[in-house]
Amino acid sequence: MEGIPVIAALSGGVLIGLAATVLLLLDGRIAGISGILGGAYGGQRGDRAWRVAFLAGLASGGWLALIAGLGETAERSGYPLGLLVAAGLLVGFGSRLGSGCTSGHGVCGIARLSPRSMAATLVFTLAGMIVVAGLRLALDLL
Amino acid sequence: MAKLAAAWFAGGLFGFGLVLSQMIDPRRVQGFLDLAAWDPTLLLVIAGATGTTLVGYRIVQRRDRPVFEDRFHLPTATKLDGRLLLGSALFGAGWGMAGYCPGPALTAAAIGFIEPLVFLLALLAGSLLFDLYRRSAP
Repeated sequence: MEGIPVIAALSGGVLIGLAATVLLLLDGRIAGISGILGGAYGGQRGDRAWRVAFLAGLASGGWLALIAGLGETAERSGYPLGLLVAAGLLVGFGSRLGSGCTSGHGVCGIARLSPRSMAATLVFTLAGMIVVAGLRLALDLL
Repeated sequence: MAKLAAAWFAGGLFGFGLVLSQMIDPRRVQGFLDLAAWDPTLLLVIAGATGTTLVGYRIVQRRDRPVFEDRFHLPTATKLDGRLLLGSALFGAGWGMAGYCPGPALTAAAIGFIEPLVFLLALLAGSLLFDLYRRSAP
């Protein structure tokens, strides 16, 4: 993962933005992954199928990109198991409590110029930076 | 049926975009959050995604309704409350701790990566804990 993949990053971002636009245009929904996931197993009957379809699409798109050879260097291994589990719990609980994650607040919410999403994005980015600084200083992990 | 196909297609674009932009690599994400060895990749992805969505949403919202539904389902909350800020802080802490958030974790787990699968199982547990918490304290 040497160097900055400028073109891939920008064009991948554009695809994500197109995905959000298509979902609003056709189905009238916001492409926030934590909300889509939370409603896919909870949520109301009749409101689940599109969520499951979206998540299946996420997997299909990922597979297609992998087959095209785009994800080959992206897997990390040997990261501490305890950190992965603690992080998952925090992300699962926090994204529901805060009504969104990187996609819902960071992409869709900011595009809607929502003050809530701007505040959320600022807070989660700062919290992430503090934790990463901690990982670097205390655990010498990065 | 068209509604489901549309959701699947949108998800597909999203997942392809996440892999193409290397956002399924947690080292890229942690690199963005690491001021000591900063990696701007995530910022470029967000710029591309948010810029496109900003324009796309403006065009879409000229319509009275979406193509396959009778109305737009948009968030209605406007207040900056403690729930939003605390939830976002917890989310951000976990995001930095693993280098994964829900979209990349789902996509990477689906293509067979191990670490995001572990992360995703814990994420589902955290989400279920939230359901329990909400039921006990409305």
